[in-house]
Amino acid sequence: MPPMHDALRSPPMRCLLLKDAFRHAPDRTGGAGRDTNAHAYLMLSYLLQRLGLALVTCLFISALTFLIIRLPPGDFVDAYIANLTASGSSVSHEQAEAMRREYGLDQPVLVQYARWMGRVLQGDFGVSMVWRRPVTEVIGDRLWLTMVVSLAALFLTWAIALPIGIYSAVRQYSIGDYIFTTLGFIGLAIPNFLLALILMYLGFRYLGLNVGGLFSPDYVQAPWSWARVWDLIKHLPLPAAVLALAGTAQLIRIMRANLLDELRRPYVVTARAKGLSEMRAILKYPVRAALNPFASSVAYLFPYLVSGSIVVSLVLGLPTVGPLLLQALVAQDMFLAGAIVLLLGVMTVIGTLISDILLIWIDPRIRLEGRA
Amino acid sequence: MRLTLMADQIALAVRDLAVHFEMEQGVVRALEGVSFDLRAGRTLGIVGESGCGKSVTARSILRILDRPGRVVGGSIVLDPGSSGSTDVLALDSNAERMRAIRGGRIGLIFQEPMTALSVHYTVGNQIIEAVRQHSDLSKQAARDRAIELLREVGIPRPELRVDAYPFQLSGGLRQRVGIAMALAGDPDILIADEPTTALDVTTQAQVLDLLRRLQAEKGIALMLITHDMGVIAEMCDDVAVMYLGRIVEYAPVETLFAAPRHPYTRALLRAVPTILAKPRQRLATIGGAVPHPGARPVGCPFHPRCSEVIEGRCTAAVPPPIPPGQAGASCFLEVPG
Repeated sequence: MPPMHDALRSPPMRCLLLKDAFRHAPDRTGGAGRDTNAHAYLMLSYLLQRLGLALVTCLFISALTFLIIRLPPGDFVDAYIANLTASGSSVSHEQAEAMRREYGLDQPVLVQYARWMGRVLQGDFGVSMVWRRPVTEVIGDRLWLTMVVSLAALFLTWAIALPIGIYSAVRQYSIGDYIFTTLGFIGLAIPNFLLALILMYLGFRYLGLNVGGLFSPDYVQAPWSWARVWDLIKHLPLPAAVLALAGTAQLIRIMRANLLDELRRPYVVTARAKGLSEMRAILKYPVRAALNPFASSVAYLFPYLVSGSIVVSLVLGLPTVGPLLLQALVAQDMFLAGAIVLLLGVMTVIGTLISDILLIWIDPRIRLEGRA
Repeated sequence: MRLTLMADQIALAVRDLAVHFEMEQGVVRALEGVSFDLRAGRTLGIVGESGCGKSVTARSILRILDRPGRVVGGSIVLDPGSSGSTDVLALDSNAERMRAIRGGRIGLIFQEPMTALSVHYTVGNQIIEAVRQHSDLSKQAARDRAIELLREVGIPRPELRVDAYPFQLSGGLRQRVGIAMALAGDPDILIADEPTTALDVTTQAQVLDLLRRLQAEKGIALMLITHDMGVIAEMCDDVAVMYLGRIVEYAPVETLFAAPRHPYTRALLRAVPTILAKPRQRLATIGGAVPHPGARPVGCPFHPRCSEVIEGRCTAAVPPPIPPGQAGASCFLEVPG
């Protein structure tokens, strides 16, 4: 071999001498079989810490809830008297004071809060002043119906948005992508309640559907039975579709953007270079990575699951929790409003906790290294 | 150390490969008539600055070029001259046959061992997937094969590492995993796209050693893409120097270093820092920058940066390409006129 530039040879040559010394050096992780017990312990302490923080947050939420529902001037009795006065009757000063004593409204704020919290912790949310029934009873049935409607909307959202989002990213700038993008933006731009009105009109006018509410008149007050469940299922598609619309449009955009980012990553080339089919390569690797952010969005979905959309529920006449909260706030029905607001806050905290756990579960980087 | 039986057998012949990127601003000609052969048991180095078309060549061979890139001409023939010769450009890129070639005949080793592996799956999962893609092995057998592959590329305690996630391994180990994955389908051609660029010098030497050993054991035809002249000197039998989508010089490695013929090759070699330099001596550079491939100079693409430019010739026409399989330079200094 003719002489070569010595300098070219020298760096690798120098390494050849060093290489044996390094060959058996331990790598920085000390191997994959790291102590799994240590991992489990780390995870447990992390979860306990999150749980503790969640409890503290809930306490703050309860105090804030109480403050907020007491913010408007006057109290329930004032609102009650104003209501009666408007309808022509009157209430004496003594009667008003007696009512205040009955509801504990004459006590200092802190005492009222402490009493309320004390009972809440025992599962007693007090008596709704408007409905004159225990709050748990008033909310109870509606809570389940709200969850049914919201879950139906949620599944519809995901079932439509994820495939379309994936398609739009993989076939970026194709005709299909443009069509879905246009539809998506229209979906984002149309107010839900307007769509609800239009769909109700169309359904009633052309399909002769029994629109509004979640039950046919015969079943509204009926006890639960299979016939009533079937009636509920028949009424579900319209509200679910209306509620799903905006979320679907948004989710398509998010999925498309996430996936476009991931499709450019070298590991996608690796997957293709292995000989995987295009479909398999995309679904297993970039789609999986693009799904990560959805785990974080669970935190926002949870309160939505119990409240539903207030405006849409009002327009469609859905017996969900949302309209109840509105009525309670208008009537200054403190215990009812307080219970709902508290429920929403706690649901947000639980949602956050669940999304933390989900992330630990789906992202090995968080599970094993505590970072993403 | 070469397998004499297969020493001259051409595994892959690339002829007049042309790739265009159709962008909004116009057509970018990423490759313009690239020709070379990969031979069993031999290493072809492809060297050049960033953007000269090295990686595009690799991806074109595997038919995994991203849009808007498109092969517009030429041929890429597996086993030329034999009864089973295949022009991969004639296959549908997602067809079963092409996918069997991808990973099964031609393996790809990546530059960035961190981002080239998915963080969501264990390295075992990703290797086993490749093994099963190209064989009928059961899950357990494929796992054993994956462990065997990890052992083969020199990963200590492979039966533990198989369950590790990529981010739990050091850069050198990750690159070894990448090599194990490229070997999973038992390919006879390996394309290594800057396999050592992201590694520190010590690890570089180890990875190059490993590649050389595997090549000797399996008689692999290796195509090594790099911009590191040191790596070329260490590893290659033949070298193709690329500039703006064309091969400007092709030569056996000794000839290239001893007597470079193209002014660009000479400039590249001058630009290599030497340990014999005097203190504070300025590093040699090549004047100017690589032109944007969309704004290719008229005439020889290198002429605006060339110190030996012949006015009237280099500025007017493109020098003739090097005939495939021959050493030479695509330069008017070579052509009497």
